[in-house]
Amino acid sequence: MQSSTFAPWEDPDAKPLIRFKNVTKRFGEFTAIDNLTLDIFEREFFALLGPSGCGKTTMMRMLAGFETATEGVIELAGQDIAPVPPNKRAVNMMFQSYALFPHLSVWDNIAFGLRRDSKSKDEIKARVEEMLRLVRLEKFAHRKPHQISGGQRQRVALARSLAKAPKLLLLDEPLGALDKKLRQDTQFELMDIQEKTGTTFVIVTHDQEEAMTVASRVAVMDQGQLMQVATPDRIYETPNSVYVADFIGDVNIIEGRATPEGEDGYHIDWAEGQPALTAKSSAKFDKGQKCHLAIRPEKVAISAERPADAANAVQGRVHDIAYLGNLSTYYVELADGSIIKAQTSNTRRISRRSFTWEDTVWLSWTATAGVLLAN
Amino acid sequence: MSRMSWFNTVSLTLGFAFLYIPMLILIVYSFNESKLVTVWAGFSTKWYGELFQNDAFLNAAWVTLKVAVMSSTLATILGTMAALVLVRAGRFMGRTLFSGMIYAPLVMPEVITGLSLLLLFIGIGLDRGVMTIVLAHTTFAMCYVSVVVSSRLVTFDRSLEEAALDLGCSPAEAFRLVTLPIIAPAVISGWLLAFTLSLDDLVIASFTSGPAATTLPIKIFSAVRLGVSPEINALSTIMIGIVTVGVISASLISKQALVRQKRDEQAAARG
Repeated sequence: MQSSTFAPWEDPDAKPLIRFKNVTKRFGEFTAIDNLTLDIFEREFFALLGPSGCGKTTMMRMLAGFETATEGVIELAGQDIAPVPPNKRAVNMMFQSYALFPHLSVWDNIAFGLRRDSKSKDEIKARVEEMLRLVRLEKFAHRKPHQISGGQRQRVALARSLAKAPKLLLLDEPLGALDKKLRQDTQFELMDIQEKTGTTFVIVTHDQEEAMTVASRVAVMDQGQLMQVATPDRIYETPNSVYVADFIGDVNIIEGRATPEGEDGYHIDWAEGQPALTAKSSAKFDKGQKCHLAIRPEKVAISAERPADAANAVQGRVHDIAYLGNLSTYYVELADGSIIKAQTSNTRRISRRSFTWEDTVWLSWTATAGVLLAN
Repeated sequence: MSRMSWFNTVSLTLGFAFLYIPMLILIVYSFNESKLVTVWAGFSTKWYGELFQNDAFLNAAWVTLKVAVMSSTLATILGTMAALVLVRAGRFMGRTLFSGMIYAPLVMPEVITGLSLLLLFIGIGLDRGVMTIVLAHTTFAMCYVSVVVSSRLVTFDRSLEEAALDLGCSPAEAFRLVTLPIIAPAVISGWLLAFTLSLDDLVIASFTSGPAATTLPIKIFSAVRLGVSPEINALSTIMIGIVTVGVISASLISKQALVRQKRDEQAAARG
């Protein structure tokens, strides 16, 4: 994670490294990117997150130069990049398949880009060795790509794309082919390398955990549009739509009608015969307006008795328990048949668990635990 | 492996005998001492010696070799280009027509190809000789090359080329430094195939050759009409040898490439 002082997106005078201005990309009838405007700043680790087909890869390919925008302008350091071919851009890309050249050794793969610039032999040698050290592959310099493991291939691809010291590095699902454990280690390695080299990274991923871990800012995309662009904690804590809340992590969505109550409080009528819920929201809602209350399962407490001072409490029956080792998620069925998830950490051994299937329990949360969303 | 039944053994033997006994007889009689082709008079390599004294045959052999090298090289260049367009260019007007027309000469009777080329050369006033045979052989061999090369290109990962562009290559450099080395086995086996086809073509060559240039198959064919001489047996044996080596190495090269590719893919899947 970046230090708390690194937030150029909050500085109105900061000059973005990349600027998408009303960019639209169509493939025939299909609109992949729909009038999208976005600034990405120097030294950022920016994640494009979304389901497949949301346009995130198209955005990356436009930055690399393999696609051109149908409308709008993409600027890199203040320059329109549309007329610049991929081989003339100070942008390098790490491909999803790694795209290592099978007929060249690890050493030659990394040197490939350097040889295209008219650099001296010594310069190339020094730079390749520096890159090999960076990704800890000195011993494998003379192997061919098919003679090393997947994780090592991933590091060769990273070294090759970093060798030319690009202004911007694009990473297309860089960890997709690795298993979970290796992926986690590699995430930290990526962040480390990003900090060491000071390169701006743009990463495309469909793995929300990966985006949250590595990125300074995350852009959640859907159908060619940006749903929300913010730091990982803001995306998680204050999503701006049901889509984002649902896409990132686990969430309970309770649909109801809002009634203003005091300064920034609201009553939410959500089910016949149930007491109204209360929630605080900085967004304004009219009386009777449809709204969605999004609450993360870990912010919902579960208890046998009704907690005396809870702002919101509902009664239900334990329908199912998902045991995840460190956490347990209780699926509690309410009187109207809807399910609310509550998550607790398993600080005790499983045999001492307080609730089991079919138990009647109370779920409670505070007025500020949830986010009130219009749509 | 289970042992073959007697039925399978017999049919295999008969099949191979049917295919190869004529050639075997030819090879055996090329080492015959006697001038009479059908009478065995002991082992000798004298017909090979005499063959290398025969200027007409040597000349024809030289023409054949020149034609084969030039036409297979031209066919490889054109066939590879055609394969690139067919596999890469995506959808364009007349793509189906184009790919159909590339493959049509594979099934076209050679007599028709030869005749139409002859008419063309007469029409444009091109004197028949080495040049016209080269053009004719290029025409039909490039179809074979493009079939071989395009089947390799279909499995070629485009992102390799994109990576080369991304790292600073011009499109031409990307092709030379990345694409070509990777598809090289297919291109080489295409070349060998074209070479072999050119070497043993009689029909098209006899339409398009002139008095100035005769290829070996034509020479042999016309010599046989005056009676089979042991010299021709010797010559044919040499040709069988060359063609065999060509075909075997073409298939070995493409098979090796396939095995290597499989192994890489499996390793990648494991990784």
